[in-house]
Amino acid sequence: MTPMLIANGITKQFAGVEVLTDVDFELNAGEIHALLGENGAGKSTLAKIIAGVHRPTRGKITLNGTPVEVPNPIAAQRLGITLIHQEPLSFPDLSVAENLVLGKQDGGPLSRVPWAKMTADARRLMDQLGVALDVTQPMRGLSIADQQMVEIARALASNSRVIIMDEPTAPLTPKEVGTLFTIARRLRDEGRSIIFISHRLSEVRELCDRVTIFRDGRKIATDRTDALTDADIIRLMIGRKVKDYSGSSTARTSDVAMQVSGLTLPGMFRDISFTLHKGEILGLGGLVGAGRTDVARALFGIAPALSGTITVGGKPVSIREPSDAIAVGLAFVPEDRAQAGIFRSLAVEDNITAAIPGKIAPNGVIRRAVERAHATDYVTRLRIRLASIRQQIGELSGGNQQKAILARWMLTDPQVLILDEPTRGIDLGVKAEFYEMIGRMAADGRAILLISSELPELLALCDRILVMSEGHLTADIHRADASEEAIMIAAVPQRERARA
Amino acid sequence: MTKTARPTAQALPGWKVALIRPEVMTFLLLVLAVVAASQISEFFLDINYILRSFTLYAELAMVALILTMVIIAGEIDLSGAANMALSGSLFAWAQAAGVPMPLAIVIGLLAGLSMGALNAFMIIALQLPSIIVTIGTLILFRGLAQIVAGDQSIRLPEWFIGINEVMVLGVPVPVVIFAIMALVLALIMGITIFGRQIYLIGTNEIAARHAGIRSARIKTILFLLMGLTAAVAGLLTASRLGSVRYDLALGGELQMVLIAMLGGTYIFGGRGTIAGSFLAAWLLVIVSTGMIVANWLPAWQLSVLGVLLIASIIATNLIYSRTQR
Amino acid sequence: MSLLARLLLRREAGILMMIILFCLAVGLYKPQYLTLNQLRVTMLLVPLIMIGAMGQMLVIAARHVDLSIGSIMAAAAMASGMMWRFAPEIPWVLGFPLSIIFGMLLGLLNGVLVVVFRLPAIIVTLGTLNLYRGLTFIMSDAKQIDRQYVPSTLKAMSQTSPIFGIPWIIFIMFAVVGLTYWFTMHTRMGRQIFALGSNPVAAPLRGIDVTRVTLVVFAISGALAGLAGILYASRWGFVNPSNTGSGFEFQVIAAVVIGGVSINGGVGTVAGVALGVLLLGCVSSALPLLGIPGTAQNAIYGAVILLALLIDRLVRLRGQRMVGVIT
Repeated sequence: MTPMLIANGITKQFAGVEVLTDVDFELNAGEIHALLGENGAGKSTLAKIIAGVHRPTRGKITLNGTPVEVPNPIAAQRLGITLIHQEPLSFPDLSVAENLVLGKQDGGPLSRVPWAKMTADARRLMDQLGVALDVTQPMRGLSIADQQMVEIARALASNSRVIIMDEPTAPLTPKEVGTLFTIARRLRDEGRSIIFISHRLSEVRELCDRVTIFRDGRKIATDRTDALTDADIIRLMIGRKVKDYSGSSTARTSDVAMQVSGLTLPGMFRDISFTLHKGEILGLGGLVGAGRTDVARALFGIAPALSGTITVGGKPVSIREPSDAIAVGLAFVPEDRAQAGIFRSLAVEDNITAAIPGKIAPNGVIRRAVERAHATDYVTRLRIRLASIRQQIGELSGGNQQKAILARWMLTDPQVLILDEPTRGIDLGVKAEFYEMIGRMAADGRAILLISSELPELLALCDRILVMSEGHLTADIHRADASEEAIMIAAVPQRERARA
Repeated sequence: MTKTARPTAQALPGWKVALIRPEVMTFLLLVLAVVAASQISEFFLDINYILRSFTLYAELAMVALILTMVIIAGEIDLSGAANMALSGSLFAWAQAAGVPMPLAIVIGLLAGLSMGALNAFMIIALQLPSIIVTIGTLILFRGLAQIVAGDQSIRLPEWFIGINEVMVLGVPVPVVIFAIMALVLALIMGITIFGRQIYLIGTNEIAARHAGIRSARIKTILFLLMGLTAAVAGLLTASRLGSVRYDLALGGELQMVLIAMLGGTYIFGGRGTIAGSFLAAWLLVIVSTGMIVANWLPAWQLSVLGVLLIASIIATNLIYSRTQR
Repeated sequence: MSLLARLLLRREAGILMMIILFCLAVGLYKPQYLTLNQLRVTMLLVPLIMIGAMGQMLVIAARHVDLSIGSIMAAAAMASGMMWRFAPEIPWVLGFPLSIIFGMLLGLLNGVLVVVFRLPAIIVTLGTLNLYRGLTFIMSDAKQIDRQYVPSTLKAMSQTSPIFGIPWIIFIMFAVVGLTYWFTMHTRMGRQIFALGSNPVAAPLRGIDVTRVTLVVFAISGALAGLAGILYASRWGFVNPSNTGSGFEFQVIAAVVIGGVSINGGVGTVAGVALGVLLLGCVSSALPLLGIPGTAQNAIYGAVILLALLIDRLVRLRGQRMVGVIT
């Protein structure tokens, strides 16, 4: 039997950074094939290349024995490849039936919309999937699970032979997951192929025939699911790549910097409690979507929690917006630098001094000399490489932009620093500099909450590591006991646990 | 997408960077307009003539300065001219009904302020888009002015009339007010933390909020300031015209937006200067007056202003996309 | 939610209810409001706004706005007016295609500026609002087209009737409404407009030609404003370079927003907009009976726009609570 789809030597670079290296991948007809790997291991990138969202830098794709080009998602659709997005790309104001066919009808702009046939076809597809859904209602207001069903129905409508599901179960209830699996198996039995991306090992085990494991942009292994134990899979996912960044002695003291108890935001996270000490680097691990960023945003007042208490320096505080958080000595380096961090078209200097109005303008008027002194001080201290301090920050490299954001927060002299994926998208050399800076800040007696998806980073830097899974804290691991396995086991969701 | 560093900033010599700043363009256009206009008529070399012409536009130009700040903060307010009409009408109606003059003036100013507050409430508290909200309030304010003033002009007492004829060191009072306002606002935008934060909000409001900047508060202040300034402008216009009708400053939103755009304010927020709008106001006066002196039909003037508006946003967009990204 | 509840929650039901309640309330106070004669007065008030609103609905559904329709209306009417005045030998009926095509071209220019230069429609059409008004003055040399130049057959269309005593102009209005309904509900392009407004990010990924759709909505808006222009000449018997179409855009936007077309794009129905226009028409025709001066009309339009925005906002907030906010 020739495989349904073969990807050969796929390599993908983004802005010169290689995220996928020489990957070979085979998908059989009538199988459900899992892609596994840590965040950023390359599994989603491969899926998106197959679905025409990205174009590979090198490599070729063969479908049913014929080499094909997949320049865009529409072409992929025509070839019979459908990617089901995590957040479905639908038209919320149009009906389910319309969403199923839009973009697929032939004919000119004035050609008739065949409502009756469209509705009947949609009903038939929904029946085929065994989903009870009124196809005339608008997409807006459907649950995520139902929206996914519509996307799957769309794949059927265009008679797709390859269906890619990117973490489809993350937002679903256990019951909905059951329905999804039933349908996935039925599609497989019809001879279609499904690529299933998930972090949940139990689901992979339950559903998938084979797994392919990725690490650092390379394919590590492909095997039958029942040939591997959970321990094997986790070992293959994390590999043996740890090189110790620092053996620096911990600066942790017994003084409490911040205490959080019972923090809850329904739908995001529930009952989060922990204590952060001065000089401590506290890691916060977990998979993407586990609620780590939401906790950070709540602590900083961007999307405050509904209940729970926060104590900073022994005093209970109420943080309703970021300025409250800054006032009590918190600082937050957000995950999404472009959207929430930098002011792209403004000077590096303005970016660095954005959070210290009181220092640069004690009576409302900006003191240029003071501002310049503060900014250049940190440009030197953090070794930010730039042509001029008046240069637009958008022209700097990602690492230097991130240093400028860090400089912005260091200038507020924070007691507690929350760093959300601070080294994402940053070159290796600069990364080492960041680790050194984080260590130095802790040594100065600041408390640091470090959110990271990179396990070696957490292991190398943190005194203690908290792990979140599906909105709950699932582990509190001391440095001495920490290992990649320990973190992953706590991070991988268990079916039994209810979502937050 | 991460962008890699590009050497553009170093490659361009400083004078070239300065030259392609939009407000430098405005200045060059202004010089060009004066030269061209003086070919049509000697009048344009007479500073007194220009100053007198400017009084016709000074009120709109004042509001345009605040509008510039609103646009830099990433919002827009089209209701300024209608606000002028309603504040002016309420003031005139109050004094005609026997309210003492100082109190009538206060009524006019408070009316303007509350109109700004209404905009702020709808846009900031309810998070509705400023474009459609201020179209709505534009119609509402103009319509209320029509109810208050009816179809008649309301006469004003002699002593109140003619502030545009009062000179300070040979300069008409409205022009003096405009110039002082421009200077103060330029300082606010240029050297105070309030101004800096307006630029930060307009560049990236999410990042600004993350940096602890209270964008809601700052934007509210801007809309209130817009309302108050419009009221002041409405009263000054009333004094210049000697009477108030509901169609005071009718269509003035075009001139206001035009001044901001001609001055190089970026329609998507984050960039622009008071100096640019200040120069653009003079440019607008020279062009408009030039067309009148050259005996162009008023019709042509409307068309020219419309074309200028579109051309200036296209040009400003091009300049900014050249110097950035 | 039951079918009845869903039907009652629809915007159209709400507006219909408001129309009925309003008419009954006015009728109780002034019984002559509920007469056939008054219905005729009301119906003659609405055709122009109705035709303009159909075009504006498409523009707003695609997440844009067209402020220039009042000026397009004047310019298009003036084009035909000039033809009647200076070339009476040409059959007057050609004024219809002339105005419609002229309006369409002006609308198309709006679309080109929006789509090619990626400019916000609000500023572009604020500019062309003045540009086209100026153009009208230039074409006409600032002179009105007086009654004697407007073809009497055309003028009669607002009075005489082919059937049931209903004037032609009202039939034209219904034809436009019907065509718009057909276009939005039964053609591929029509649905693409709503899809584009509903999710502009997904639209190109689903094979929608964003440039073409944007140009089409502005062109239709312009063409319908052109048609409204020639009907203005029919209704009022003159074309004036400064009065014709002045403030038209506000009435139209008010009607469209009341009619439930969401300013966030993607949402809107022909029935809703038609009812929105009717509601405004009922209010306008009631004003003189109630002794409210006509000058109050604009304030009412403004207040109604803001109210509609407010209601939409509250409904949206409630909807979010029902679904549970997902970010």
